[in-house]
Amino acid sequence: MRLWTSAAVAAGMVACVATSSFAQTVKLGIVNTYSGPFAAVGEQLDRGIRLYMKQHEKDLPPGVKLEIIRRDDTGPNPEVAKRMGQELITRDHVQILAGTVYTPNALAIAPLATEAKVPFIVMNAGTAMITTKSPYIARTSFTMWQSSYPLGAWAVKNGIKKAYTAVSDYGPGIDAEAAFTKGFTDNGGQIVGSVHMPLQNPDYVPFMQRAKDAGPDAVFAFVPGGKDATALMKTFGDLGLKQAGIKLIGPGDITSDEELHNMGDVALGVVTAFHYSAAGKRPANEAFVKAYKAEYGPAEEPAFEVVGAYDGMAAIFHVIIAQKGKIDPDKTMELLKGWKSDGSPRGPIMIDPETRDIVQNEYMRRIEKVDGKIANVEFETMPMVKDPWKEINHQK
Amino acid sequence: MEALTSILFHGLAYAMILYVISVGLSVTMGLMGFVNLAHGVFAMLGGYVSVTLMNRYGVPFALALLTSFIAVALVSIVLERTLYARLYGASELEQVLFTIGLIFMAGALVRYAWGPLPQPVTLPTALSGQLDFGFRSFPMYRSFLIAAGFVLIALLWIGVERTNFGAQLRAAVDNRRMAESIGIDTRLLFSLAFALGSGLAALGGSLGADILAIYPGYATEYLVYFLMVVAIGGLGSLRGPFVAALLLGFGDTACKYLIPELGSFFVFLAMIGLLLWRPTGLFGRA
Repeated sequence: MRLWTSAAVAAGMVACVATSSFAQTVKLGIVNTYSGPFAAVGEQLDRGIRLYMKQHEKDLPPGVKLEIIRRDDTGPNPEVAKRMGQELITRDHVQILAGTVYTPNALAIAPLATEAKVPFIVMNAGTAMITTKSPYIARTSFTMWQSSYPLGAWAVKNGIKKAYTAVSDYGPGIDAEAAFTKGFTDNGGQIVGSVHMPLQNPDYVPFMQRAKDAGPDAVFAFVPGGKDATALMKTFGDLGLKQAGIKLIGPGDITSDEELHNMGDVALGVVTAFHYSAAGKRPANEAFVKAYKAEYGPAEEPAFEVVGAYDGMAAIFHVIIAQKGKIDPDKTMELLKGWKSDGSPRGPIMIDPETRDIVQNEYMRRIEKVDGKIANVEFETMPMVKDPWKEINHQK
Repeated sequence: MEALTSILFHGLAYAMILYVISVGLSVTMGLMGFVNLAHGVFAMLGGYVSVTLMNRYGVPFALALLTSFIAVALVSIVLERTLYARLYGASELEQVLFTIGLIFMAGALVRYAWGPLPQPVTLPTALSGQLDFGFRSFPMYRSFLIAAGFVLIALLWIGVERTNFGAQLRAAVDNRRMAESIGIDTRLLFSLAFALGSGLAALGGSLGADILAIYPGYATEYLVYFLMVVAIGGLGSLRGPFVAALLLGFGDTACKYLIPELGSFFVFLAMIGLLLWRPTGLFGRA
């Protein structure tokens, strides 16, 4: 019996060595949300991954294959995300990790990336400090500070003197609140109240009513995109904040493109700051939207989550091609630092060589009707914004 | 003042939903002593039925509500006759295990049929927007909820206090053996009360889909609130759960409005205090 066991173990080890020495197959482990109430966001990421693979698989060097192994973290569950990351590293021997919709999940994987020296491409999670948690993390999505901090300054310049902040009670929400508050008060604005709202299926009415009763010029809100954004928008309309002369502003999550058609006219006039709008007038974006609609249906709009994953794949392809499929973790990180792309749907992007975080344009957008459909129409561009949180706090 | 009216208004709307959903649970628990933890399943099913009818088939709001009431009442009769009836008189542990199992099965079924996401609620345009009360305006739909809640409660109380069926029901709750010995068919009575309670839960689930999101975890997530209404109100009465729902609605809304950092913590604390003071609930019989 013992003999058999050790024989089996030995055979297994030989098999492992065999696969890892055959470096022409690059294994990419994706930790993403494929089930549970947040599966819709995970699906957005996966669409970005699939679309990029379909368009660019032919660009890989001859003989190099990319194998994608997907694992489900079931939502904002750091314990599950950690287990999935461990499995991918120790059992599947992936050379690159990527994914995570949620900040807590990215944070759970960060120490694994450091310990196992596996580069980890964050495709969505937006809390500023994530990239400081491991030298093997690079991010292709966004940080909450990139949008909410400049929005604070913009608000003051555009006649908003008093603001009420209402954010979902988790990492990105707290980040958005801090970023907006800093940008807003540094320019002379006044915060008249703030509230943290629960993350799972809340009834937004008491919170929005409180905001209305405080009588601000604007409510700055953040909720994770998707159905929550629609629920927030409806509550904003039902409680008559718009009629009371209160504006709604926030990062682009609250007007995420894929949900706009469910929001209706109440969303008109909402101003957000963000790095991506499906309505963006750039050739690369128009081609991207066209390809997306061809793949997933004419009524579908790509949201920012799709783009974060799509560009994440572009970065991964860059390192695979440059190393001809032989992935060395430290060399991979060197290749990612300073990586630039002009082909992104959101405009020019770069990975900051110092912080490994994304540098990109931020756009001020207003919800308007375009051809009878409501859309995030860009009206102002702030070029190549670095994460302000790291700039202000001297973090790397 | 502004804050107080806001809390009272939204608390009242929330209390109406809680009451309409939970009252059936109080009656069935009081009548048969059956611990039906799966009561929320009926509210969830009602929500799914009406939301689907409205979103997918364009059925008018009122008709969708009525259909969800009837459909769920019928389903509940079938379940009561085939499953629940086997466990009357069984130990509480068996009843709890059975109904918890039912929750899991129902959750898995709706996940299979409708997917994991909360259902989007599209209300009729006549019920969206604002209603101006003169001194200030309130959201139309919540005002409608409060009005609809009062109508339902009035109907229910008249039905239980003034009709023959109600008299039999009250008799059976008070003393089941005596009621049987004077010729009341308590089995039939219980089936009807069970169906009525489940139908009301379905109505509450449909009306409240905007407040308590309809998704596969519904029956577990909100069970605590339904049980709190019954525990604080006391078993087997109509008035008790109403007062309890009001307390819970006002308390929870005030807490979210005034001290959101605490979340729902205050409500649970209040319940513990209340039950220490009156272990059988505000209107319960010892």
